[in-house]
Amino acid sequence: MPTAFNEKISQTLGNQKLQLALYAGTGRLVEHRKHAVAEERLPEYQELRSHANALKKHTIEHLDHYLEQLEANVQAHGGQVIWCRDAAEVSDFVLDLAKRRQARLIVKSKSMTTEEIDLNERLEHHGLEAVETDLGEYIIQLRGERPYHIVAPALHLTRYDVADIFQEKLGIPNETVIEKQTMIARSVLREKFLAADIGITGANFLIADSGAVVLVENEGNARLTTTAPKIHIAVAGIEKIIPRAQDLGVFLKLLGRSATGQPLTVYTSFLSGARREGEIDGPDEFYLVLLDNGRTKLLADPDKRESLYCIRCGACLNICPVYRKIGGHSFPWIYSGPIGAIITPQFLGIQHTPALPFASSLCGACAEVCPVKIDIPKVLLDLRAGVKEGPGKAKSDWLERLGFHAFAWLMCHPKAYALMGRFSRLAPLLNIGPLRAWRSQRDLPAMPAKSFRQLWKERG
Amino acid sequence: MSEARNDILARVRSATGGAEPDYAERYAALPREYKREGALDFEGKLQLFADRIHDYDGVLHTCGKDQVVATIAAALSARGKRRIVVPPDYPEASLPKGFEFVWDHELTYEALDQCDGVITGCTLAIALTGTIVLQDGLYQGRRALSLVPDYHLCLVGRNQIYETAPEAIQVLSRTGARVTTFISGPSATSDIEMTRIKGVHGPRTLEVIVIC
Ligand code: SF4
Repeated sequence: MPTAFNEKISQTLGNQKLQLALYAGTGRLVEHRKHAVAEERLPEYQELRSHANALKKHTIEHLDHYLEQLEANVQAHGGQVIWCRDAAEVSDFVLDLAKRRQARLIVKSKSMTTEEIDLNERLEHHGLEAVETDLGEYIIQLRGERPYHIVAPALHLTRYDVADIFQEKLGIPNETVIEKQTMIARSVLREKFLAADIGITGANFLIADSGAVVLVENEGNARLTTTAPKIHIAVAGIEKIIPRAQDLGVFLKLLGRSATGQPLTVYTSFLSGARREGEIDGPDEFYLVLLDNGRTKLLADPDKRESLYCIRCGACLNICPVYRKIGGHSFPWIYSGPIGAIITPQFLGIQHTPALPFASSLCGACAEVCPVKIDIPKVLLDLRAGVKEGPGKAKSDWLERLGFHAFAWLMCHPKAYALMGRFSRLAPLLNIGPLRAWRSQRDLPAMPAKSFRQLWKERG
Repeated sequence: MSEARNDILARVRSATGGAEPDYAERYAALPREYKREGALDFEGKLQLFADRIHDYDGVLHTCGKDQVVATIAAALSARGKRRIVVPPDYPEASLPKGFEFVWDHELTYEALDQCDGVITGCTLAIALTGTIVLQDGLYQGRRALSLVPDYHLCLVGRNQIYETAPEAIQVLSRTGARVTTFISGPSATSDIEMTRIKGVHGPRTLEVIVIC
């Protein structure tokens, strides 16, 4: 039976233009990363990864301490910390504040955390206008889509798609030059920045010992979002915390290189509290929203807890042979690729996404590029075990068990194995029952004329 | 809201068992086997810094203390920049003749936008990443100043260049929790077809003068 997941995958696989955009876009990011972390450019790359992993592990294990320290430091700089258990508590807070300050227009800079809680939809539902200001996010917001990739939200679109949506939504006819498209967005957004009442951002890092929110970006839209409006709200998952500013050196070295191959992104902003005495720019009010939304559930599982180390660099998406074919919109939630495959079931519950942990070849490429060394394949296997043993257990399991028993028997009986090898040459003809569904999205490699055993024998 | 706070902290504690009392020692004991301190002398750092600025299609000039005014004039003329905004504390004596300088006494964004460019100093610079770091300190002005105009000329003193980011962060952490911005190249995007376009929301051109 085709599920929504399967249907999306088939659509993506069948769309030649999309396949090309996906392959080219991720391919470029893979090359850039490889270049940036090469031995001659970053000899201590592996040491940095180990250290980043150890730092995250330490922070997560002492999360309560660092959260309280962060809270105290944010307050000391005139900011307020708002703790939210779920999406509704965040939107309630923003709506209430907007009402009290009579705010109507909100500018936003790219944040996966606010995507996670559908903040824009919730705000718009109550009559507020929330405008995305990162170019890629702005384009997909006009299209009414969710991000295709955690770093490159409009990875799936070409300049012609952008021209179409600018024509439809902005009334600007047929502009297909990328530079001009960028300038159009710049001037539309400039006006929004100047008129906005509230700026909402995510946070790449939260520094416990200084209370600073760290934002990394290339465009400057996050800087404008946190400079022009009178109110700044940063929304961050509780796992974004690091102990000290000094630790940031490690993460900044890894994040830009892993994401886009940049030694450092263009802008890195350290923001703590509201505008101070004597400062001209900056918000009058600063709020840090600390979001749980399922994170403490992950935290409670020591085997899968490392999923919370993620710094959202996107490297595992780019390298993943599955993501590169099925794309970001096939995934059931806003987090796609290998990291999406491990955190979606843990956030939403495995019963809602039983197919997801299986959408992987377990090739291990993701674990190899992950800058914080999350063992994604291990977590996937754990989740698979959960599906097979948990309440969502599939009914056709007896077939699978039979298959594995047959396989085990075959591996222990060389004669039978050789015979099977001959028959398997007929495999391409097998297109029945459950195999048909499986094969509809996969190509079998061509069978060689002779088996390895035959060739070995002939060599003498 | 404090109910949510207590709830989340309680969930965290029940999930992890709570922070160990010796967290500080554990933190200090984490292995740190990566490069934190540079080994280059000034010439080496300068060369590295220049290379990185070039990678961003930026330009780096060097000059002696008595050549600053002339170097600024040459840089501005080369790009045909005339109307330049400077931070309110910027000394007039350090500016060349023949240009129109505007001191930023709380100019509006529109007024900033109408300038051809901006000149600022910096808190420090990082050679390895081609980065200049701005706070609200001397000759640096407010945040919008290095963001709204299309061209940014930044003056860096000889002693302000550090080799690595960890060294720089170490120094910065002494100045407490001031708003700090690291700038590594011109504002850019690659959001459409991975094609790099400069000057999205911030300056298109970043130029640096190192005063040796
Ligand atoms: S799991 Fe690792 S590689 Fe993937 S986005 Fe997170 S940090 Fe990057």
